[in-house]
Amino acid sequence: MFVIDLSETKIFHFPYIWHITTFFIAFFKFFFAIVVVSMIGNEYSHRTLKQNLIDGLSKKEIILSKFYFILAYTTLVTLLVFIITASIGIANTPSADLYLDTIFQGTEFILAYFVKLLTFFSLCLFVGVLIKRSAFALGFLFVMFIAELILYGLFRFKWYNYETSNEIMQFFPFTTMWNLIDEPFTRMGSIHSTEEFFVTDFNVYWYEVAIAIVWLIIYITASYQILKRRDL
Amino acid sequence: METILSLQNLSKNYKNVKAVQNLSFTIEKGNVYGILGPNGSGKSTTLGMVLNVVNKTSGNFKWFNGNVAVHDALKRVGAIIERPNFYPYMTAYDNLKLVCKIKSVSTNKIDEKLKIVGLLDRKDSKFKTFSLGMKQRLAIASALLNDPEILILDEPTNGLDPQGIHQIREIIKEIATQGTTILLASHLLDEVEKVCSHVVILRKGVKIYSGRVDEMVASQGFFELKTDKEAELIAILEKHESFGKITKEEGLIKAFLTAPLSASDFNKAMFEQGIVLSHLVNRKESLEEQFLQLTENQSN
Repeated sequence: MFVIDLSETKIFHFPYIWHITTFFIAFFKFFFAIVVVSMIGNEYSHRTLKQNLIDGLSKKEIILSKFYFILAYTTLVTLLVFIITASIGIANTPSADLYLDTIFQGTEFILAYFVKLLTFFSLCLFVGVLIKRSAFALGFLFVMFIAELILYGLFRFKWYNYETSNEIMQFFPFTTMWNLIDEPFTRMGSIHSTEEFFVTDFNVYWYEVAIAIVWLIIYITASYQILKRRDL
Repeated sequence: METILSLQNLSKNYKNVKAVQNLSFTIEKGNVYGILGPNGSGKSTTLGMVLNVVNKTSGNFKWFNGNVAVHDALKRVGAIIERPNFYPYMTAYDNLKLVCKIKSVSTNKIDEKLKIVGLLDRKDSKFKTFSLGMKQRLAIASALLNDPEILILDEPTNGLDPQGIHQIREIIKEIATQGTTILLASHLLDEVEKVCSHVVILRKGVKIYSGRVDEMVASQGFFELKTDKEAELIAILEKHESFGKITKEEGLIKAFLTAPLSASDFNKAMFEQGIVLSHLVNRKESLEEQFLQLTENQSN
């Protein structure tokens, strides 16, 4: 009988599980985007944004309150992912390999996940503040995503090569987030392969985190500036 | 007198439209002010600017003595703009609790304020289940939560049925009698006339009058007269030094005064000249007539 035993692939083992779960769970962020975007959209459509300003909230406090929400939300989700990943990993890694240092080896992916989610939600906040209507804002996010994919394609296959396109594209909004957690397939393939792979290339690099944080700051300050200049 | 709000040459342009131009006026504590003007005359824009939701193009405004940030000053103000804005999925009580948090006041006044507007029994209902009249009353309760030093109302009776309009007016009058300063923007003249002591009149974004309601038009009022001997009366009136224009409408003779003259003196004089008046009323122009007169003068 032919049986696929996923545990044989070692994807549930430390340290790989940190990489695998954060990579796949990150795709669900598009569902959470709806929450963040409609949070802003509702403030506009119910005109509570206007009323809160009239009641004495400052524009800075409004953006900060939304950012604090995103921060709390991201922390909660990250914590959940950490607990689940750690539990699955502990249950599946052979007990002979279970040492604290093996468990925590690879937890930088949790940090990367946190930054990735926070940057993405800040982008959602910015687009929400800019576009006002949740449906249009979500559409805009999607179009932005597709546009960047096309741009990447053009850079890589038409104008430049693989290296140059990656160097340029790493500064673009969606690629910035994508780079934080590289795809794990090649890495997983390398575990079972006898050939040599450049495994180090899958690490989380400080400059990737730095670029993401710069974008995050841009999104939040731009949201504030838009709100400040806009007549409600 | 204590100044609550002062505007100095406040202007707002929307692209090519000059919504408000060089507007200056002062609001003193304890008075009830009306901002009058036809639709699109810049009333809401003016209120929007002082309430931190519309950015001014030029000029200045100052809340209280001017040394607090605008958003902090607004914590001492109660304001309702156009239509009531609350979170529809939250109850009346929860919405008011949020306002208390923003204004940093305690929540123990919520019930008292809900009682004033007659919504205490609906405090746990969701906002979206309210009728427009109830929503507007909730907005008033919310504006009163911090016992504001000034209450700003922008078209508070807009879109309400006669009963709702009456309820809102009663509430406003009651608040006014307690000595709260009120700023009421409206295009309904009788509404302003009923509650306001001072008015600011705007037309196409320009102030054309600000001051007391009763000093709006420098006029002595007019007499409405009726008698059997009309021709003789008109002849006398035309010669009388206290009267200016004399008109005849629907059987009533209207004689406009140019100098003060009491109705009893006038009656006595007429009687002595053999004219018996069957109708004599000394009237002042209504706010509507004064308003039309002012806006007409300006357009010439």
